[in-house]
Amino acid sequence: MRHIISVLLENEPGALSRVVGLFSQRNFNIESLTVAPTDDETLSRLTVTTVGDDRVVEQITKQLNKLIDVVKVVDLTEGEHIERELMMIKFKASGAFRAEVKRTADIFRGQIIDITPNTYTVQLVGSSAKLDAFIEALGTGSIMEVVRSGVSGIARGEKVLSL
Amino acid sequence: MELLSGGEMVVRALRDQGVKYIYGYPGGALLHVYDAIFRQDEVEHILVRHEQAATHMADAYARATGKAGVALVTSGPGATNAVTGIATAYMDSIPMVVITGQVPSHLIGEDAFQETDMIGISRPIVKHNFSVRHAEDIPEIIRKAFHIAETGRPGPVVIDIPKDMTNPTDRFPYVFPKHVKLRSYNPVTKGHSGQIKKAFDLLMSAKRPVIYAGGGVIMGEASEELTELAQALNYPVTNTLMGLGGYPGTDRQFVGMLGMHGSYEANMVMHHSDLILAIGARFDDRITNGVDKFCPTAKIIHIDVDPASISKTIRADVPIVGPAKAVLEEMLQLLKSSNKLPDAEAVKTWWAQIDEWRQRHGGRFRTDDSEKMKPQQVIEMLSKVTGGDAYICSDVGQHQMFAAQYYKFNKPNRWINSGGLGTMGFGLPAAMGVKMNFPDADVACVTGEGSIQMNIQELSTCSQYNIPVKIICLNNGSLGMVRQWQDMNYESRHSQSYMNSLPDFIKLAEAYGHVGIKVDKYSDLEAAMVKAFAMKDRLVFMDITVDPHEHVYPMQVPRGSMRDMWLSKTERT
Repeated sequence: MRHIISVLLENEPGALSRVVGLFSQRNFNIESLTVAPTDDETLSRLTVTTVGDDRVVEQITKQLNKLIDVVKVVDLTEGEHIERELMMIKFKASGAFRAEVKRTADIFRGQIIDITPNTYTVQLVGSSAKLDAFIEALGTGSIMEVVRSGVSGIARGEKVLSL
Repeated sequence: MELLSGGEMVVRALRDQGVKYIYGYPGGALLHVYDAIFRQDEVEHILVRHEQAATHMADAYARATGKAGVALVTSGPGATNAVTGIATAYMDSIPMVVITGQVPSHLIGEDAFQETDMIGISRPIVKHNFSVRHAEDIPEIIRKAFHIAETGRPGPVVIDIPKDMTNPTDRFPYVFPKHVKLRSYNPVTKGHSGQIKKAFDLLMSAKRPVIYAGGGVIMGEASEELTELAQALNYPVTNTLMGLGGYPGTDRQFVGMLGMHGSYEANMVMHHSDLILAIGARFDDRITNGVDKFCPTAKIIHIDVDPASISKTIRADVPIVGPAKAVLEEMLQLLKSSNKLPDAEAVKTWWAQIDEWRQRHGGRFRTDDSEKMKPQQVIEMLSKVTGGDAYICSDVGQHQMFAAQYYKFNKPNRWINSGGLGTMGFGLPAAMGVKMNFPDADVACVTGEGSIQMNIQELSTCSQYNIPVKIICLNNGSLGMVRQWQDMNYESRHSQSYMNSLPDFIKLAEAYGHVGIKVDKYSDLEAAMVKAFAMKDRLVFMDITVDPHEHVYPMQVPRGSMRDMWLSKTERT
């Protein structure tokens, strides 16, 4: 099962490599990884999506918690949560296909953020599944480049991940 | 306030931490620190002949005392030579602080002379590592390093210090912090009382219980509590390789070591038990054998200070996160205050079964008609000559298993071996580290002719500092454990498991200024060993010729259950 694990991490040199190293060292899988500073400049927030059974995910959270630089760990998928990913996707677009890209982008609430006579670049924000669906809707034939940010997530309601 | 350079702060902070010995080897990146060592006499530096030995000496000191040992090595090759020792300590959860030199900050990343990314290299084999970026942080970093190394589940910590951080002309106010606080590191100090109560109730209703205790009992200083609880309950106790000595080895309730080379009765007790009380043990592959067949009828209570060790390989029915000592103390309190008692009738029946297993196969080796000495006989003699009270520092291989099986450890911290990583070359430096700190104790290195050659250069260090350990070398002329596996699984094709051109160990010992004794016949063994241990101030190298055909038994059948064992070359359970 897919899990979104959020980690508050000391904003120290080398802290990220400890997390990434842990995943490869213990043969845990990483589907996506995002990391950036938070409002508290001493902390970074890292979000990792991974696939594993309950036993593996339990080990992942426990092993993450053991890292001295890790301040807090939460598996967002255990509760109600919102996930978002940003994608920028560049199409070879000419003739009738230009209109189709525009239409589909509108349906998915994407924006066209760059245009040339032969290309369209679309920005789309949503769950990973929505981004997948957009790619599928337009077919892979005319895609020139795909850039995805990886998943970020936040718990619904009053729950927060902070110190 | 006193102004000190970074180099001086390293040495002063170690002193303030209570460090007596640093084991190390100098080099370019550390010269400022070595100069600071020269200009004081409170912390003594022991110069090894290879950095690996420095880490093993520090590690063994920690195994014998529970306090973190200290190694000091230079950048580049000094640091990489220490890697095996760091990994050894990491696998066995041993507290250690390793200070590595680094090239000056402005050269980092430029492939400078003797540069290596020690933070990166050591990351998967340390509990934590620090890179010094401001010289004035050195005292606090050292304080934190010891705190992290020694608390919770212990482990090695590396401090990487670029040379410019120790510059003698840059001086800073020196303050050694009394306490350190890390917001992201708060190891538990007691177990969850509700869980302990639940475990206690299970314990009281068990019909076929067993206590399975590991290295966590030794490092967690819970040996007394374990012994008291086990004896109050009259339950059988088995120790892991790392846990030997955590429960008295000569006690009736002790069924021996468990696992791959565990005793017949220990493995039978585990397999047939209905309740396993696991304390400071981690159900590793050398214990469980095939996990899908592991102890099918047992419920499991698992006490460990590291939550990640619980339910990692075998799911616990009652997990208890906490230090072994505090949790066992709480269980003992419950035992005294509650009116529940163990099911004495069931336990009596259980003991009758255990005694029957003991008689059926008491784990004895057989002496055959040949003149050849059995390695087990040597260990039994060692146990006899030292009264079971020596520090036994082992290398890795058959001799290690024989020592674990046949030396009867009645006290914790006496059995010093590389259990997790299985590091050949560990034994001699380990014995040295122990002997330096316990000069009046008998300290033996049990080794083989293969392992001893992996750090034999340390015979020179022993001369320089007069470290009179006794080396008990079980010489079978082959890499015995490899050969055993080749006998059992590769139709005796002994690929690369024998060595010719072995040195004359007696002459070698003498060349370093030590005493060598060769023993070929069992009838000479006792007298020779008594003589060796009587030479209190001399290192004695006993080169003892043993039967090369001997195998370590019992041996679990791969991927079987715990009770599936070879008992000899021809018998199987």
